[in-house]
Amino acid sequence: MSECRSSITMRVNGESCTVIVAPMKRLLDVLREDLRLTGAKEGCGEGECGSCSVRMDGELVNSCLIPVLQADGADIQTVEGLASNGTLHPLQECFLACGGAQCGICTPGMLMAAAQLIERNPHPSIAEIREGLAGNLCRCTGFMRIFESVLAAATQVQNPEEDKADHAR
Amino acid sequence: MRGDCEAHDLIAPGSLSAVLELLAAEPGVWTPIAGGTEIMVAHAAGRLNIPKLVSLWGIGELRFIKVTADSAAIGAGATFVDIRRQAGLCESWPLLARAASWIGSIANQSRATLGGNLVNGSPAADSSPTLLVYDAEIEMISVRGRRRIPYCEFHTGYKRNVLASDELVFALHLPRRFSHHRQYLRKVGTRRAMAISKVALAGTALVDNGIVSEIRLGAASLAAFPARLYKTEESILGKPATPETIASARAALLAEAAPIDDIRSTAEYRKRVGANLVEEFLLELSQEDAKP
Repeated sequence: MSECRSSITMRVNGESCTVIVAPMKRLLDVLREDLRLTGAKEGCGEGECGSCSVRMDGELVNSCLIPVLQADGADIQTVEGLASNGTLHPLQECFLACGGAQCGICTPGMLMAAAQLIERNPHPSIAEIREGLAGNLCRCTGFMRIFESVLAAATQVQNPEEDKADHAR
Repeated sequence: MRGDCEAHDLIAPGSLSAVLELLAAEPGVWTPIAGGTEIMVAHAAGRLNIPKLVSLWGIGELRFIKVTADSAAIGAGATFVDIRRQAGLCESWPLLARAASWIGSIANQSRATLGGNLVNGSPAADSSPTLLVYDAEIEMISVRGRRRIPYCEFHTGYKRNVLASDELVFALHLPRRFSHHRQYLRKVGTRRAMAISKVALAGTALVDNGIVSEIRLGAASLAAFPARLYKTEESILGKPATPETIASARAALLAEAAPIDDIRSTAEYRKRVGANLVEEFLLELSQEDAKP
């Protein structure tokens, strides 16, 4: 048994927070248990299903595979941070409108993977959407409605970084 | 049995020199963890028998990609997302970019590192066949200094390599001399996304006046570790890519490959598909008008 504890400070959905936890505790568990942000879900616990997906320093990650010590000082965005001031993100609107969410277990991860995709590639093709969401499993929708939701959102999002992102990819 | 986070120490010294000093001071005690895409899976399953871990994540000295006129150097801490975003690297070493795109999902590629893929040493490692056929060199570092060897000499057995207990992989070096080579890479898995290879083959070759004058073949899951297929290469070298050469190359591969039966495939399947992949590459070489 380790007595090891680390003080971890992260920015989560724009707010700074500090927890004192075992350094090998998974980011997913810190988000859910210590910070009570239960949007990210545990599916497989081994980086295959994507239901724990969050964004860390601008990259999509599986929070179940991150020892929280490696998130010290990081900027984390969870599904709770997608909507702003009570207004749903266009992706969330389109998932609702297009039937992209059914049981809801995969939805937070799908939304974060889709948010990552359209930030870097504001006008993805269906093939690019498939690749961007390849690490996120859904057992309800058969995926087509999710792809359609992302496609619909991508046509709506006005991204100020668009030219830059287009150039960078 | 779920892993217990309390059962492991994890520290992050924060600089390369501090990690190297720790590894030198207590050799064999600390296990490096980079992006965690392998170690954390073992941890989740309760089969991580490593009490003390030292984090390499966030050490900028290991996370770089430098492309010059005659080579590329990729830091061991570069992720596969980093590799895919480096346009100059992807253009000049296209097989590496393709291999990187096949590693798990975007969320895996944003954390998995090149050094981690190689040190983990899976026989099915996605980046390895490509590095083998690009004649990569691997640079290791410790408090004692640096050393550099051909990557094809790095693996010594199943999940075994030449790293000393105080050493880390520092970088991979790719020479820029394959622009005129014909290049091949194919991964065969259960499905297109998120599947670990059953077998994979990479190849680079030069064809002069219809004769294969240079050839390298790198395979995943045809042996206990990723390896060149030297005997198969020999059976092709100096010959035209004719049906006779294809037949002898297939026979050489079947004799040389030493795959195993496991959860993902069988030895028999791996051998047959490996032979088919060599045939496919040779058929590409036989098409004279194909672009390099």
